[in-house]
This record gives sequence, C-alpha cells and structure tokens, in this order.
Amino acid sequence: MTTRSLAALAAVAAVAIGAGQHLSAQGRAGQPPAPPPTAKAAAPIDLTGSWVSIVTEDWRWRMVTPAKGDYQSVPITAEGKRVADMWDPAKDEAAGEQCRSYGAAGIMRVPGRLRISWQDDSTLKVETDAGMQTRLLHFGSWKPAKDAKPTWQGDSVAEWEMAGGRGGAAKFGNLKVVTTHMRPGYLRKNGVPYSADAVLTEYWDLYKEPNGDQWIVVTTYVDDPKYLQQTYITSPNFQKESDGSKWDPTPCSAKW
Amino acid sequence: MKKMAFVLLAATAISVPAYAQVDLGGSWVSRQHEDWEERGPGPEVVDYLGLPLNAEGRARALRYSTSALSLPERQCLYYAPHYVVLGPQGLRLWADTDPTNGQVVAWNISAAIDRAVIKIWMDGRPHPSENALHTFGGFTTGVWEGNTLTARMTHFKEGYLRRNGVPSSDKATFTMHISRHANTLTITGILEDPVYLTRSFIVNRTWELDPTANINPLTNPCVPEAELADLKGEGGVPHYLPGENPFVNEMTRMYHIPVEAVLGGAETMYPEYRKKLKDQYVPPTVCTRYCCGWGGAAGATAPNLQCVTGGTGQINER
Repeated sequence: MTTRSLAALAAVAAVAIGAGQHLSAQGRAGQPPAPPPTAKAAAPIDLTGSWVSIVTEDWRWRMVTPAKGDYQSVPITAEGKRVADMWDPAKDEAAGEQCRSYGAAGIMRVPGRLRISWQDDSTLKVETDAGMQTRLLHFGSWKPAKDAKPTWQGDSVAEWEMAGGRGGAAKFGNLKVVTTHMRPGYLRKNGVPYSADAVLTEYWDLYKEPNGDQWIVVTTYVDDPKYLQQTYITSPNFQKESDGSKWDPTPCSAKW
Repeated sequence: MKKMAFVLLAATAISVPAYAQVDLGGSWVSRQHEDWEERGPGPEVVDYLGLPLNAEGRARALRYSTSALSLPERQCLYYAPHYVVLGPQGLRLWADTDPTNGQVVAWNISAAIDRAVIKIWMDGRPHPSENALHTFGGFTTGVWEGNTLTARMTHFKEGYLRRNGVPSSDKATFTMHISRHANTLTITGILEDPVYLTRSFIVNRTWELDPTANINPLTNPCVPEAELADLKGEGGVPHYLPGENPFVNEMTRMYHIPVEAVLGGAETMYPEYRKKLKDQYVPPTVCTRYCCGWGGAAGATAPNLQCVTGGTGQINER
C-alpha cells in the first residue's frame, strides 16, 4: 500500500466516522428518511407485565400506617410538619380525599402490584391494584388538555434514555418520566404532604439476573419547595411475576 | 505498510467511544431518605422487618448482644461489604487504569470506618476457586450493561446484614447494579445467602455527586481498647440464650407491630401480608422516637423543626 493510498484510506475512515452519526436522519441515496420508530417500537427495555413490590425498605412506614407526626427520613419543612400534624384520615374520607396517599408522588411506595402495558404506540399504562390507580406515561409531543384540572396521577411526559445499540450491539437504556399537575397528596399514609407545585421525576431501570429474576428500580425525585427542604429521593423496586394471578384491586383507604 | 493500514483501521474502530461506559468517579454524598433510622442511629435491637430470614438466621440474630462489640477482638471487625448499601456513609469511586492504554482495569468503592474497599475488576478475570481466601472486601467482577455497571461479588467473610446482629454468611453472593442518572448514583444491591435467607434480599440506595465532599477513599486505622471492666480477661462473649432475648417485644410495645412481623421472613415482604396485619394493627397515637431525622447536605436532622430525634420509646411521653 502506498503512502497516497494510505492517506486516502484515512480520509475515507474520517468521513465514515462523521457520517455515521447522521445516517439514520438522512436515509439512503436520496430516499426520504424513514419515520422515527414509535416509542413502543423503540423501547430499549420491556417493562410490560405483572410486577410486585418487594418491601425491604421503610417497612414500618409502608406496610402499616405510621403514627401521626412520624416524618422520619423525609426532608420536611416546618410548613410541611404543620400540615402533617393536622392529618385527620376521617376528615379525608368524609371529603372524598381518601386517595391522597395514592397520587403519583406516593403510589410507587405503596405496597402492591403493577400491571404495565402499552395503551397505544406512545402511551405506557401503569395500573396499580393498591388504590386502583392508572398512570399514563406519554411519549413524544403529547400535551395535556388545556385548563384540565389536576389529577392524582398528574401529567406524565416520558422518554427513553438510550445507551448502546450501535453496530448491532444489544440495546440498553432506561425510562425517564416527569410528572406535574398533580392534586396535592401524601408521600406517606400518615399525611406527610406534597403540594400542587410538586414535580416528580423518575428514572426506571430494568435489571435481569442470571437466575431469571427481573427487577424494576425506580429512582424517584420529588421536588416541592413548599413542603420539602431538599429533593426527596427514594428508589422503590418491583419484581416481575409470571402472570397476573395475584392482582388484587383494592380501593383507596385513608386509614389503612 | 499493510501493518500501518491495519493500525489505522483499528484506530478508526476504537475512536468510537467505548460502548456505554459512564464516569462514576468522584465523591458521592449519601441521601438517607430511606431507612434513616437503621442507617443513622441504628435499628431497634430486635427489628428484622422486611428480611427474608430462615429459622437459623432468626435464631442466630436473637442470640446477638450488642455488647459483644465491646470485646477488644471484635471492636475492629468490619461489616460485610454489602454494608455499602446498608450503611450511612458517602462514597468515593475511582478507576484503576492500565498505564499503557488508559483502559479501566477496575473500579473502586471507598472504604468506611467499618467496611473495606470494594474493588470491581473490569478486565474479565474469572472468580477464584470456591475455596479461595474470603476477605472483608470480597472478590468482585463487573461488566457494563448499557449505562449500568453490574458487579457480582463472592468470597467475602461472614458479617451482619443489619447492625443489630442479623447475620450474613461467607456463602453469600452480592450483586450491585450501579446506575448514574445525572448527578445521582443509585446502587441496587441484591444479596443471596443460602445459609440464612430463604430468598434474595434487595435494597436500593442513592447518593448525589458532591465535588466538595472530598470523601476519603480509605479509612482510619482502628485501635481496640478494653473499655468495660467486666469484659477484661474473662473470655466470655455477651449473648442471649435461646428464648431469653429481652428485646423481642420492643417493636410491638413501641410501634404496635406484631412480633411475627418483627421477626421477619419472606412472607412479610409481599403486599398481601398487609391483610394479615390489618385486623391486629392499630397505629400509635403519636410518634415518640426519631420522628423527623433525615440525612442530607443540610445535616442529619431537619433544621428549624422542633421534633423528636431521639427518645426512649415510651408511648405518650411527649
């Protein structure tokens, strides 16, 4: 090989490196670019199926209703403490507010099962048997309805965060979800509050073990300048089940 | 010349960033928004909530007396390496690199006052023989799965799964999934222990990157000292005989948790166990103990709040 051909080879290689980053956007040989895959088709991980929370963390604050005034581990503000100290589950029930601890910022810590499926190509549906709630995680350019009232589960915008996948390698990635527009609710059953201004950010990871176990771990941030002194970070986990036979829909309860 | 061409093509190939490796390096401060009491002041003496203990694990835990740690020969014992996700400490992570090519050979997780450094080998070396030396740091190999570093550990000494004497054996294995999301590090730890557990035990913890924390990668030396007069020279090991642990009912007295749940077991980890609790549990009327502690950048307890961060657990004393 001559020096000239070596230089030509280097030039080709350099062009290939640069062009590789744009191939997917431009299509081939003048053809119109292929439409981007749907969120469902692009999913780097499969979160669908039946999942159960395995309660190894904060057992005493999740499996039973803790005492009034127990806000241990939560970076609560003085105003948050004031509100939590007024917790009255009977009053919540009478006001039709028994689902306060099942809102998006608290529901993933509530012991229960998840049923995850694709509602359509751009909406991942997460149902909970505890409290019989439904979270809709919207991909793409979804916008909430104008003037819609806040809901327990709020408005969730989702995106895949990709890793790998180049050159035929296995795809990896995680799900990022940002939820706003929530009705004020409780981080815990005993009235530890989050406000209407709270923002919930979640990173959903899927881990597969050699023994066949599959785990979803949701690293969860709740930002609430009204009731939290700093971002409240938790990381609940769910283990995959072979079927939905243990699905047990249970209505919201303010006391239990 | 052909050799040069090969080198050029090889360089082209490796100029693409190494597949999905994330920089984990730096000082990470602990966020104790989960299990603060267990990680900070420590668990209740008999609190096995959420642990999939078998009968042997439970029996051994009940034999444990914290006074055993006063024995000079036990004062400097490290916890098992899975304490990395069970303890309160911040972490420093750093890489060992091959000086000839800069490739990462191993990731390291800093020691703490009571835990050894964890070295995660990234160079594909195999785990040693089952009969090889077991150490306080264990033997760990890692692979990248996307942006997650998955590390599998074997060969670590027996230790404690909880600071109140719940045991873990030297037959246990420990898996870590280390994921970085922005400036948060989440480590999912999964412990399998055929000696003391009936199923896997999982726990997830988070840390936040803080370059100002400057966490020490090593630990200060521990110097044992006979502190208690009645433990000098007698040769006894503080313990409770079967059926004589006086703290078995403490959680029931303070928090109204049935003792069957307090003593753990895989059944207690599932949501349906709540149905068994529903008819026998009545919440305490008021919180009297460790009511508002949390670990964070601002300190171990919530500032500007009047709240109970200690206490004796006597109901209605506030």
